[in-house]
Amino acid sequence: MSITLSILYLIATVTFVVGLKMLGHPETAKKGNLTSAIGMGVAIVGTILLAEKEVPTIIYILIGSAIAVGGIIGWIIAIKVEMTKMPELVSLFNGFGGASALLIGIVEFNKNIGVDSSEKASISIIATIIAAIIIGSITFTGSLVAWAKLNGSMNDIRFPKYNLINNILFIGLVAFATYIAVLNTDSAILMYGLLAASLVYGFLFVVPIGGADMPVVISLLNSLTGIAAAITGILYNNMVMLVGGILVGSAGLILTFAMCKAMNRSLASVIFGAFGGADVAAG
Amino acid sequence: MDQFLEFISSNLQLFYILILAIFIGFELIKNVPTVLHTPLMSGANALSGVVIVGAILVMLQSNPEDYLALSLGFIAVVLGIINVVGGFAVTDRMLQMFKKKK
Repeated sequence: MSITLSILYLIATVTFVVGLKMLGHPETAKKGNLTSAIGMGVAIVGTILLAEKEVPTIIYILIGSAIAVGGIIGWIIAIKVEMTKMPELVSLFNGFGGASALLIGIVEFNKNIGVDSSEKASISIIATIIAAIIIGSITFTGSLVAWAKLNGSMNDIRFPKYNLINNILFIGLVAFATYIAVLNTDSAILMYGLLAASLVYGFLFVVPIGGADMPVVISLLNSLTGIAAAITGILYNNMVMLVGGILVGSAGLILTFAMCKAMNRSLASVIFGAFGGADVAAG
Repeated sequence: MDQFLEFISSNLQLFYILILAIFIGFELIKNVPTVLHTPLMSGANALSGVVIVGAILVMLQSNPEDYLALSLGFIAVVLGIINVVGGFAVTDRMLQMFKKKK
């Protein structure tokens, strides 16, 4: 990595910290958001323009068009949406971030472990990739469910003993992931199995939670997306992703607790209690 | 286990950064007024879009003939930039609403 790019990443990381700090005070919040946005722009442009090796022009064209397409879509959605629909929009965006992390995980799996790899990857690389896939998948489907629920297009669905089912599924997921990492397998089938199981878990995790508790869940999922970004940062040894992701992860977690406290609820009762919309479900 | 210890010792700096960053995140958000919770959540969401840097790296490092990696990378960049641009724009709109109320 060129030294210029490292310095740009350092600047971006500082703007993230300063921006988050300013976002916490009503007078400076707007400027804080702008500060972080500029830092993000610096990191993105720097990454594209200061690539360490020779990159074919076609790839630059592809990256440029992906950014143009996504940027315009994101901008239009953000500007057009009604004020009342903003929390669900945050959830939708968050789901996109999770999906991005999960796609990176799949490509890196193929490159480092699966079909395209020439040598066996170390267990730490496998663990990192698997963690990115799992967390990315959970935030992706979880956020989409939260979005659909706030949207009103999905009702609370509660299976009998859903807590037990979810907890067993979660333990199974962790065991499955550990198994794959220890096995040091190059089996794409196992990886896609894990991917599918994580997607299902993300869905089942959010489905029973009531609409009133949804902002707390969105904040929690947001924190998870940050962790997924940080994990992919470890994969590329990329400091702006690592620190930015961890900042979101820890700040998001504290924010989740603060939101619970403001609602006089504990996080456990939000996740396991699921009575936020119980009367709706019963009716 | 040996591999694990080796991973830690060869990435010791990484762990220092990790732990310090966790504490900074905690400290930054402590004692934030309740009215700012939603904009803050939205702002943090935009920041988590930093994952797009990884998506761009995927594309930069892929072989031009590797259509699978390129198309997955392309989708990842599109989704990531929606997260970033949309996230910051929505946060800005929320905060604007905030100002008028005051």
